[in-house]
Amino acid sequence: MNPGMESKIGEFEPLLRVSGLSKQYVQQRPFSRKKIAVTAFQDVSLAIFPGKTLAVVGESGAGKSSLARCIALLERSSAGAIELGGRNLLGLSGKELFAMRRQVQLIFQDPSSALNPRLTAGEIIAEPLLIQGEGTKSQQRSRAMRLMEQVGLDAAWEHKRPLEFSGGQRQRLAIARALALGPRLLILDEALSNLDAANQTLILKLLAELQAAHSLSFLHISHDLRLVSEFADEVAVMYQGRIVERKTTRKLFASPEHSYSKELLASVRSVESILLERSA
Amino acid sequence: MQALLRVQDLNIAYRGAGRSRHHAVQNVSFEICEGEVVGLMGESGCGKTSIALALLGLLSAEQVDVSGSIQFRGEELLSKDRRALRAIRGAGISLVFQEPELALSPVMNVTDQVAEVIHAHNDWKWERCRADAESALEHVGLSDSRRIFSAYPHQLSGGQRQRVVLAQALACKPALLIADEPAASLDARSQSEILALLGKLQRELRISILLISHAPEVQATLADRLMVMANGRIVEQGPFEQLYRNPTHDCTRAMLRAAAPASVTEDMDFEMVT
Repeated sequence: MNPGMESKIGEFEPLLRVSGLSKQYVQQRPFSRKKIAVTAFQDVSLAIFPGKTLAVVGESGAGKSSLARCIALLERSSAGAIELGGRNLLGLSGKELFAMRRQVQLIFQDPSSALNPRLTAGEIIAEPLLIQGEGTKSQQRSRAMRLMEQVGLDAAWEHKRPLEFSGGQRQRLAIARALALGPRLLILDEALSNLDAANQTLILKLLAELQAAHSLSFLHISHDLRLVSEFADEVAVMYQGRIVERKTTRKLFASPEHSYSKELLASVRSVESILLERSA
Repeated sequence: MQALLRVQDLNIAYRGAGRSRHHAVQNVSFEICEGEVVGLMGESGCGKTSIALALLGLLSAEQVDVSGSIQFRGEELLSKDRRALRAIRGAGISLVFQEPELALSPVMNVTDQVAEVIHAHNDWKWERCRADAESALEHVGLSDSRRIFSAYPHQLSGGQRQRVVLAQALACKPALLIADEPAASLDARSQSEILALLGKLQRELRISILLISHAPEVQATLADRLMVMANGRIVEQGPFEQLYRNPTHDCTRAMLRAAAPASVTEDMDFEMVT
């Protein structure tokens, strides 16, 4: 039995349902005909309900980011199905897919490579609106400025370029861009890992407000279990390309079953316990 | 203890359009002794990374005004020319960046990339540099596997890439390592492994570390002393535990208090978990 299928929260239909999803990469060495298949993840099933947050945690190389990219349809999965609001995304035509893409937005770990350095902040946020042909130029601009304020940036900075912002501010920009089209699902791929503790708290608060206001769903990919515990409803633990355990956050902290989950929980340490160990 | 690095009245200003200046770092003074781990904390945009870049002479004179004094082993770095700085970078002071994707060349296998650093500072044959590079890679927990030694960065995971960067930085046994968020991109397990490794190497080689990290847990693990920055200035410094127990500045409180487990985890028995 696949552990991803067991637990269901709420009676509502899930916004996103992923079943039996797999991804293999084929590598080929230069000057060699031999191909090596590397399995990123295998037989992953999960569901996310409207207004809820599912966190996927695991070590580097576990396949978390590949999973995020496949769900966002940035990469073709090798097998399985992805349903959004009851429609199978993998069977859609290009045109239908284009319309669906606005419902799923991605925020990456590294904002400096996710933002075009030649565009201004305002242009970056308005770009999704431009691509989807939404509103007039001036409407797009005022929406971009409103979004900047929503994520804690001064709207007067709309003419600045990404390089003029600090790492934390750039991530806020990326979040503003992701929100521009009013998506239903946000995929946060380590989106908070580059922020300092004070900013993390602020962004978490912002995300929680947005979630409550628009019934947004989050798929939060992270290695930071402590961070995840602060706002995920459910946690799926990924280990070597498979989901080995999936539970509500509270249950996972109280009674982890898989040996890797236990190990992961043991690595969540408080400053107090570290200081105690150092003085010993 | 002798001061390895002495920074006095450091000012860093980025030139903008026209005559505008952005003062990223203002009147910053601090010392790092031999074998000491000094933590640097502060919110994004407060000037932490600017300091790291200035210590290595990596800020371009055309775009940035740097004034004050940076003394490394008693020598003034700000007046040194390009060539002298190149000899210090990597062998005297080295840097681990936050983002391994940007620090590594995508078109070179990782062993060659580490060997290149060794080759730049030693008059050795390439084969010897490569052999040294392989042992440097083993040191950072990338075990003897042919796949990893001959892999290109894109074939490795983020955590593995950060270890390669660390191997590069430590390959020439520098006296001072500037670690700019060395563990931020690693998962919890490799994060504690890397921190333990850094601590072990630091004790063995008696290297000093300037540890830039906004994670209180990371600072608690390694830092002897902590400096807290806000708006380009150091607002508070002292032994880590002292700042953690009795912060006097609001900024210190916010940076360290944010680490306290939030309400979700607070009501759970943490003793059981840890």
